[in-house]
Amino acid sequence: MKKIISLLTVAILIVTMLAGCTPEEKSVSTDGSTSMSKVIGALGEAFEQESGIALTYNATGSGSGIEAVSAGRCDIGLSSRALKAEEEANGLEATVLAYDGIAIIVHPDNPVKDLDLEKIAKIYKGEIKNWKDVGGKDAEIVVIGREAGSGTRDGFESITDTKDSCDYRQELTSTGDVITTVGSNPDAIGYASLASVKDSVRALTVGGIEPSEATIKDGTYVVQRPFVLVTKKDAKLSKSAQKFFEFIKTDAAKEIISETGVVPAN
Amino acid sequence: MLGLITVGCVLLITIYLIISGLPAIREIGFVKFLFGKRWASTAAEPEYGILPFILTSIYGTAGAIILGVPIGFFTAVYLSKIANKKVRSVIEAAVNLLAGIPSVVYGLVGMLVLVPSIRKIFSVPDGASLLAAIIVLAIMILPNIIKVSITALDAVPEEYEDASLALGATPVETYFKVSVPAAKSGIAAAVVLGVGRAIGEAMAVMMVAGNVANMPSLFESVRFLTTAVASEMAYSSPGSLQRNALFSIALVLYLFIMLINAALNFFLKKDKEK
Repeated sequence: MKKIISLLTVAILIVTMLAGCTPEEKSVSTDGSTSMSKVIGALGEAFEQESGIALTYNATGSGSGIEAVSAGRCDIGLSSRALKAEEEANGLEATVLAYDGIAIIVHPDNPVKDLDLEKIAKIYKGEIKNWKDVGGKDAEIVVIGREAGSGTRDGFESITDTKDSCDYRQELTSTGDVITTVGSNPDAIGYASLASVKDSVRALTVGGIEPSEATIKDGTYVVQRPFVLVTKKDAKLSKSAQKFFEFIKTDAAKEIISETGVVPAN
Repeated sequence: MLGLITVGCVLLITIYLIISGLPAIREIGFVKFLFGKRWASTAAEPEYGILPFILTSIYGTAGAIILGVPIGFFTAVYLSKIANKKVRSVIEAAVNLLAGIPSVVYGLVGMLVLVPSIRKIFSVPDGASLLAAIIVLAIMILPNIIKVSITALDAVPEEYEDASLALGATPVETYFKVSVPAAKSGIAAAVVLGVGRAIGEAMAVMMVAGNVANMPSLFESVRFLTTAVASEMAYSSPGSLQRNALFSIALVLYLFIMLINAALNFFLKKDKEK
């Protein structure tokens, strides 16, 4: 009798354990880029309203998100950079959700209106130190950036090819801080997500192209990065996740994406 | 029972910090970690040297003490001995208010007012610097110094002062030659408390110091031990050497604070023995 009871207990325990392991059908878990919090938050809310499926979001960073999806810890990984070749070779697939333009910002009184990518890179590497070398007044350039690990910094440095070689005067921990600092220093230059640029700073044109939704989408504005949904190629998506992918293709979803300040992909 | 909870928390934090802080130090190398001059945690070939942070924290705290202690000390002597009741209650209320302002507000004001004015006054390209951090810290430690010093000065027995006055010393002589020496361990405790607050502050400093891992210099952008942990923690991936190194920085900071605490206890004990 005792044996049967203990066997039963074990069986029940195993069943409940297994039940705990299978991912809950009802929710879609996402994990990754902190830069995408705004757009994923807005999409998740609308998605839940429409389908009743909850969307969980774990803000860890692009690298961790990609790692999480390849380890199967979440349904969709969020990355604010395109996948590297080796990541794609590891069986990951990328769906571009939106494009985020990174604006190069200066103080509104700064006479410089335009820089090309090469000059921006040189300024950030410390090879050009004075505004007069790029057509401004004679003043030292104050280079403002984000902290190591920030998605915006990663995006900016990979686009301008200045990884690990940037010579910052200040490394700030939020977009708001960058805008405030650049807005209060006439000799400063900084970068921030286009959506958050305010009137207290001016966005430069890059190679003559003004940052805007249209120029980001057609690729003429070069300082931009994709917001990518990362999935596993061989693993089948859960039903809820499939529904989410259908949802982001709708016009309503596109509108929501635009409202958060980034440019929807298709 | 409730006291045990506190003790338990302290023990838990200590053990956690040591366990999570030691592996990175071992991996990087003790000397290389503490005395390395370059911090580049996300570079392709990462380097983890925290000497700039340690020196910045020490210089910044020392600067704040040099600026803050004289002001705080004289304010305390004035409030405790010279000021009349009305003035004292008004100023004390202001000091208490200063103590209650959240550090992010100090940081914000520093960022919007102090940093641009340093830029203008010293005509440097950018005002976010060690100096800005020192000034903010000096203001932040003032309430601690003033309040603890006042308590110490108030506790000096009136008979001491009466005796000194009766012997013909002027009031000012009495205050500085009798009251202050009698309260000196309390005042020392106030200074140590100020050091503790200054070295542990992260938020306000993060907003005005620029956060670049340079060797400290008055007008350069610098990074403190606290801000080094705070600014990179959010993005470091768990289990990576970067995250572990941040724990090691926290451990170093913790050791500093323990030292300061030991000093505080030493002064307070001396006070009691008298």
